[in-house]
Amino acid sequence: MINTDSYEGMLAETIVVRGNNGDLIHAYQARPLGPGPFPGVLLFHHRPGWDSWYRATTRLFAAQGYWALSPDLYCRIAHGSPDDVGARARAEGGVPDDQVIGDAAGCIEFLKGQPTSNGKAGLFGTCSGGRHAYLAACNIEDVDAVVDCWGGNIVADDDTLTPMQPIAPASLTESLNAPVLGIFGNDDHNPTPADVDELEEILRSNRKEYEFHRYDGAGHGFFYHDRPSSYRAEAAVDGWEKIWTFLQDNLA
Amino acid sequence: MCTMITTKHQFEARAKGPDGWFEVKQVYLGYDHPAHSPSDHAVLFDLANEEIGTGARLGVELTTEAATRLAYLLLETVQQAARYEAKSARK
Repeated sequence: MINTDSYEGMLAETIVVRGNNGDLIHAYQARPLGPGPFPGVLLFHHRPGWDSWYRATTRLFAAQGYWALSPDLYCRIAHGSPDDVGARARAEGGVPDDQVIGDAAGCIEFLKGQPTSNGKAGLFGTCSGGRHAYLAACNIEDVDAVVDCWGGNIVADDDTLTPMQPIAPASLTESLNAPVLGIFGNDDHNPTPADVDELEEILRSNRKEYEFHRYDGAGHGFFYHDRPSSYRAEAAVDGWEKIWTFLQDNLA
Repeated sequence: MCTMITTKHQFEARAKGPDGWFEVKQVYLGYDHPAHSPSDHAVLFDLANEEIGTGARLGVELTTEAATRLAYLLLETVQQAARYEAKSARK
């Protein structure tokens, strides 16, 4: 909570971190100034790309007291404007799941290795980023919370799997290592409400800790204030409140 | 990717992008989240030259109806072109 007579400061900049195979990849980092300790949050950008919404959201997490890191998952594909890079990444079929997991592991090590770290790190993602967050949490032990915002293809039929995305993350739920907060719009086409029902049943049957919030009148991407056709203000405000409460409970 | 509907093909054409005319080497086709269109999904059609860089791209986002209509219009134009060339060849 803001206190009008207290100091608040933030450093936000592009850095490089070691990801999969020790590759140096770009990341946008925003962290509170001061000795901390601060929990870390790793942000997985959405399918359209590593764009201004993700930079702003990274700063939003820092303003809430998190050392936030948003790696460029398309860094190895090309550079340019986010939508041009996103188009190239789409044409290539996206990025390989094992590469994303490796990048995530490197970023979590980076976050938890900071002298101001409180030893905890959570994952956040929207769209394909939600899928990546869930996937990473099933493959990396050192994760303390997962926020999945409308991640599509977490439950997936075999005919939608590709060489780059060869597995439905939901099938790995037994290995999920952290509590999950799910944020979904009931008008979304991927994931559909039936997909969310299926994911919830998988979490329940694997006795995993989870919390889902589902919003009527909201479709895919309802947090995106820069897309009026998608943005649903009331649902977004409530969704963000759920996220802050969940992360406070699990990363403090 | 979200829909997994995406293909890339080698292609030859000329296109005018933000930096002027360029030689097209690839065409990307897909149905997925658009960057600009006010919809969750769109038919995505890009003409590109990856050797020049990501900026060498002519990007188009269409509804499925517009994409279907464009496909028919292109075929009509190609048929007219074929008749024109056949007529010219007889002269």
